[in-house]
Amino acid sequence: MSTPFAVWPPLTWGILVAPVVAGLLGTLAPAFGYLPAIGLTRPGLEAFVELLALPGVWVSVALTLCTTLAATALAWLLACAFVASTTALPRARPLRRLLSPLLAAPHVAIALGLAFLVAPSGFLIRLVSPALSGLTSPPLWVFPGDPFGIALVLALVVKEMPFLVLMLLAAQAGRPVERQLLAARSLGHGPLAAWSVAVLPQLYPSLRLPLFAVIAYGASPVDMALVLGPSVPPVLAVRVIELLGHPDLVHWATGAAAAVLLLALAGLAMVAWWLCEWPVQTLAKRLLRRGPPARPRVSFALPALVVPAAVGVAGLASLAVMMLWSIAGRWRFPDSWPDDLHLDAWIAAPDQLGVALLVTAGLALVVGLAATSLALLCLEAETHRSRPVPARWQLWLYLPLVVPQAAFLFGIQVLLVALRVDGSLTAVALVHLTFVLPYAFLALAGAVRTFDPRWALVGRSLGHRPGAVFWRIKLPMLAAPVATAFALSVAVSAALYLPTLFAGSGQVRTLALEAVALASSDRRSAGVVVTLLAALPMCAFLLAALVRARVERRA
Amino acid sequence: MRRISTPVAYFVMLLLTIVSASRTQASWEEKLAAADGQTVRFNAWAGSPAINGYIAWVGDEVHSRYGVTLDHVKITDASEAVARIVAERAAGRETNGSVDLLWINGENFHALKRAELLHGPFAFELPNFRLVDTDGKPTTLIDFTVPTDGYESPWGMAQFVLLYDSAALPEPPRSTSALGDWIAANPGRFTHPAPPDFIGTTFLKQLLLDTTPDRAPLGGPVDEATAADLTAPLWAWLDEASPHFWRRGRAFPSDGQALHQLLDDGEVTMSLSFNPGEASQLIAAGRLPETVRTTTFAAGTIGNTHFVAIPASSSSKVGAEIVANFLLSPVAQARKQDPRIWGDPTVLDLDRLDAADRALFEALPLGVATLPPAALGPTLAEPHPSWVDWLEREWQRRVQG
Repeated sequence: MSTPFAVWPPLTWGILVAPVVAGLLGTLAPAFGYLPAIGLTRPGLEAFVELLALPGVWVSVALTLCTTLAATALAWLLACAFVASTTALPRARPLRRLLSPLLAAPHVAIALGLAFLVAPSGFLIRLVSPALSGLTSPPLWVFPGDPFGIALVLALVVKEMPFLVLMLLAAQAGRPVERQLLAARSLGHGPLAAWSVAVLPQLYPSLRLPLFAVIAYGASPVDMALVLGPSVPPVLAVRVIELLGHPDLVHWATGAAAAVLLLALAGLAMVAWWLCEWPVQTLAKRLLRRGPPARPRVSFALPALVVPAAVGVAGLASLAVMMLWSIAGRWRFPDSWPDDLHLDAWIAAPDQLGVALLVTAGLALVVGLAATSLALLCLEAETHRSRPVPARWQLWLYLPLVVPQAAFLFGIQVLLVALRVDGSLTAVALVHLTFVLPYAFLALAGAVRTFDPRWALVGRSLGHRPGAVFWRIKLPMLAAPVATAFALSVAVSAALYLPTLFAGSGQVRTLALEAVALASSDRRSAGVVVTLLAALPMCAFLLAALVRARVERRA
Repeated sequence: MRRISTPVAYFVMLLLTIVSASRTQASWEEKLAAADGQTVRFNAWAGSPAINGYIAWVGDEVHSRYGVTLDHVKITDASEAVARIVAERAAGRETNGSVDLLWINGENFHALKRAELLHGPFAFELPNFRLVDTDGKPTTLIDFTVPTDGYESPWGMAQFVLLYDSAALPEPPRSTSALGDWIAANPGRFTHPAPPDFIGTTFLKQLLLDTTPDRAPLGGPVDEATAADLTAPLWAWLDEASPHFWRRGRAFPSDGQALHQLLDDGEVTMSLSFNPGEASQLIAAGRLPETVRTTTFAAGTIGNTHFVAIPASSSSKVGAEIVANFLLSPVAQARKQDPRIWGDPTVLDLDRLDAADRALFEALPLGVATLPPAALGPTLAEPHPSWVDWLEREWQRRVQG
């Protein structure tokens, strides 16, 4: 049956898939020696030979693999511990709300704050100096910016753990978790073990793709890596950006080859993760068969909460110290508080950051609206289909998220330059849409799919057309999840760094770009940017909360 | 052959001067009219709030004076804009390029000039160019040993200086070898930005000039056959010093601004700059302690000029020339040199200014941490631009390999 909604799924599919495929082709071609515009006409492997001859390239490769997998595994473990313990301890559940500012805060904002928090001259050391530590000058640690990328892994965990928690909670919602836990507990499992044996195995299949998205992001964390290191040599994604930004075009093919290598590494990491599922599963089964311990042990629920909560607090503290810097006067080591507070950086902000704020907010608004509408229309189209949507469709949704950004954005730039729309707001908005759509979709899918079809039936039986039913009955009833999807879209758009850098040719300056540019210079200005970057999505989430409150009051 | 009498010759020369001057005048008037309403996209490094503020002021001025809209495209490195210009040419874009005016010097200028991607020569025709101190500041005409030929217009002077916290270091080292000794005695308190950042690369070039037995070959392109010998003492110095660097030489700050931040945090005791007035400006902005001072090496430090250039693909060339000319005006140059604004030394010859304009400069405070021009010491010439890429690659090979 053809309905007014039938055109939207193919269009949306195109927005999700076309840029990624075009971008990958535009990266693969120069990597293998073909891009006539810059004089590459002989296909071959020269670019890869050149790449592997770069100093320290193998260190960059190893760093990329290790930081990606370590960050993903840690974030996953902590997310599970957090969800399991807050499920077991209802009183700890408000802690879940603490994570939402971290979800909304852009990567670079967290990185900047964390860098100041843990540096040898940073906030934590200042708190205990000189009184407790006896230090009058900063200690000589090789951290952050350590050659092993530990600081980078920490920052990634702070940012990705809340995302996985959200995904776990979303997967857990609508399942009879309480009953399953009760059953497991009555068999003698402790609260954490009960969650791990009874709930987690059901959730895992829907968590695999989000985990792959975390791996893909961990493989190309350029904005975080620029702030937190390592620097000599950096992770591979940073080298991709350096090579592609080199004024000598000879380096572009090498950069494209590095992007292809990065893609392969991300794939390798995903395969490694997938292979690890087997031994973990076997081990879990063996433990399960052995059954719960004879004597019930002490509950680990509270201790299991400590580390994830500490990670959350570290993230919030990162944002807080940057906000403090935005109003700080002189603030030198070892003082734990600024000498004085003033608003100079905020007074200078309209001149220096006004345009960036407008561009960021405008983009987020337009992209958020477009993404939410498209997701909604596609989901609505689903309900008008006679056959259910194949599950494979869902895989496409994740495509922009599971391919490392640095691997295909160069190709998109080549395409945009050829179409002569590079550096335009339109180009940036379109590329943003590709990255925002999956999140809007994920945020909406549950609510739309579980929407009681009888409401629509009532509307139809009253003589309304499908369009009118959608606008006048369904949409008002779905206002709360729609507002949440919009807020999430705003947050994702505001945080995008690499897509903005490439599609905008560095000319469309958003707050995320300003944050990286100011990262090294003036902490007060950087503090202002971080505050604005954190505030923008918070405003959107606040709006969503207001909408939800209104809907609930009406109901 | 009859000799022309001297008074007649003088008269003819005077006449010629007037005619040519009025011709430039007339065409400049035409340009001013043509520029009204143009938008100039000025691609300029934007890592310093002070400089961004100055560029915003220039934008206000050229808008109210000439009706030119200045759009500061904030970039993190000039090479970004160079890459974009080259990419646009590669994609076949001959006009309406995304860059109208570009802050540039050295190897980036060399690359664009060699590829014939620059508009010009235009600089010598700018009315304010006659005020430039081309005799006293020869680098306004020769950029990293490459003649500008009028394809870029001078904007400011630079000399490599060392910043130090006089509270922790009363007597700063004033030579490369003294610096090495100080670093060994004070581990963890010195570092430099990672090349290819230009401050990091300039530090390598300074070390190279100070340690090499023979400076003459550095004025020409890199010769792979002799480069290893010429640079051996430089790498020996670094091998000895870098284990005592900040973070044991296993991490480096990303640029000069990050290094200043480390100095303010007390993690290091010295910092590096290409602007003798920057320390004063940072103190005024509350970003460095008031005890910071500036010094140079007694045997001299590298000096150069930074410029603005106009890409051939710009569609606002006239507007860009008018901005370049305004940047050379005494009022703009004096404001730029003000340590409370930016603190970047002028390219002008104060003797060529009229009394009122000269007073603008004489009224400027020197700045608490700025050395008077006489105390800056000799300036050393930049090596040939090909050394930049060579040193950067060799440094990366040694540090990352």
